[in-house]
Amino acid sequence: MLTKEQIAQRIAKELKDGMYVNLGIGIPTLVANYIPEGMTITLQSENGLLGMGPFPFEGDEDPDLINAGKQTITTIPGSVFFDSAMSFGMIRAGKVDLTVLGAMEVADNGDIANWKIPGKMVKGMGGAMDLVASAKNIIVAMQHTSRDGTSKLLKACTLPITGLQCVTKVVSNLGVFDIQAEGFVLRERAPGISVNEIVAATDGRLVVPNEVPEMQF
Amino acid sequence: MQKVYANADEAIADIRDGATLMLGGFGLCGIPENGIAALVRSGVKNLTCISNNAGVDDFGIGLMLQTKQVKKMISSYVGENAEFERQLLSGELEVELIPQGTLATRCMAAGYGMPAVFTPAGVGTEVAEGKEIRTFNGKDYLMEMAFDADFALVKAWKGDTHGNLVFKATARNFNPLMAMAGKVTIAEVEELVPAGSLDPDQIHTPGIYVHRIFEGTNYEKRIEQRTVKPRN
Repeated sequence: MLTKEQIAQRIAKELKDGMYVNLGIGIPTLVANYIPEGMTITLQSENGLLGMGPFPFEGDEDPDLINAGKQTITTIPGSVFFDSAMSFGMIRAGKVDLTVLGAMEVADNGDIANWKIPGKMVKGMGGAMDLVASAKNIIVAMQHTSRDGTSKLLKACTLPITGLQCVTKVVSNLGVFDIQAEGFVLRERAPGISVNEIVAATDGRLVVPNEVPEMQF
Repeated sequence: MQKVYANADEAIADIRDGATLMLGGFGLCGIPENGIAALVRSGVKNLTCISNNAGVDDFGIGLMLQTKQVKKMISSYVGENAEFERQLLSGELEVELIPQGTLATRCMAAGYGMPAVFTPAGVGTEVAEGKEIRTFNGKDYLMEMAFDADFALVKAWKGDTHGNLVFKATARNFNPLMAMAGKVTIAEVEELVPAGSLDPDQIHTPGIYVHRIFEGTNYEKRIEQRTVKPRN
């Protein structure tokens, strides 16, 4: 079973030189730690920054320079600031090449639910609905099942929807899945996880090709 | 032309009960600290506040929640504070949650003189309830109306006596958009300079959108998530 760091590490293999990438809060943020050496990836932070750098050294924090998770960050050579309308303009116009975000549930048609649990305190969708409605390439980083073993890869989302038919790939702690017309297509298994375990943990339509290689790190 | 006010109290003096306000900022970054403090001192109430977030318990819009001055929040992400949650669950506070890009674009539309915009954000979700859907090139879009706000309170880094504004780093966020959108826009700046001191090529918000400007004092600029790496 993959750790959160390994999920991020696997997603980083999807990066290509020159990509503009938006990373959500949680596991997606960790993807930044695994950008391959020599590759230029520009991180977009939807509060108005392209070219997000690492956390500042202690004492160098600038309260006017934060990311969408409200964390203090830095700029890097080539960074640029803009307002929130332009930020979502570039997202809406499809200029951001890859979006990585977390999810509570994903359906086998690519629907995603990740913003609200009815009956609990509702904090809001932030930029998630804008991102999933417009991004061409959305990878979801998530746990395959809840703590009690209930699958989060479903036939249909049970929680309020964030966006329809938008997720293109899921990297869970059990494997890598492309979402295609026929459902979740199993591409890779996590080390030590069998196809049968993945079948048992998946509620939505699952396609298992003849060869399902184990993930390589 | 007289846009310069002595302080926040004078600049917000005619904001009345029941007004609709826009407040710039993302989290606690780039918020109109002086304006919020003056609103708390003024005691004005039943306010509708359009702001991406609602502050924390003891800072930002959270200060106006403590004094129960806010009737309704229109935001994309809230609930970073306990008093907010208490008022929401008890029904004292009304909250309308909208996607962040929709919030930004509804401000932009107001400032650009457009009554509505079309966005795919929220299609197929509860955000779409009651909204007109139009299909363009086979894709569905929601019609979202431009905001109509009585006052916009924004915070800039520098401004001049004509109301021209320059923002700093990610403290820009919603500020220039709300500056364009308010019927009356009140800008507070860290440094107020004479007209002519700013490079016209470097101004983010033209002064035509700004009706009142003052130099703020005692900026706290509180950090919500202090993340650092140790020096080796």
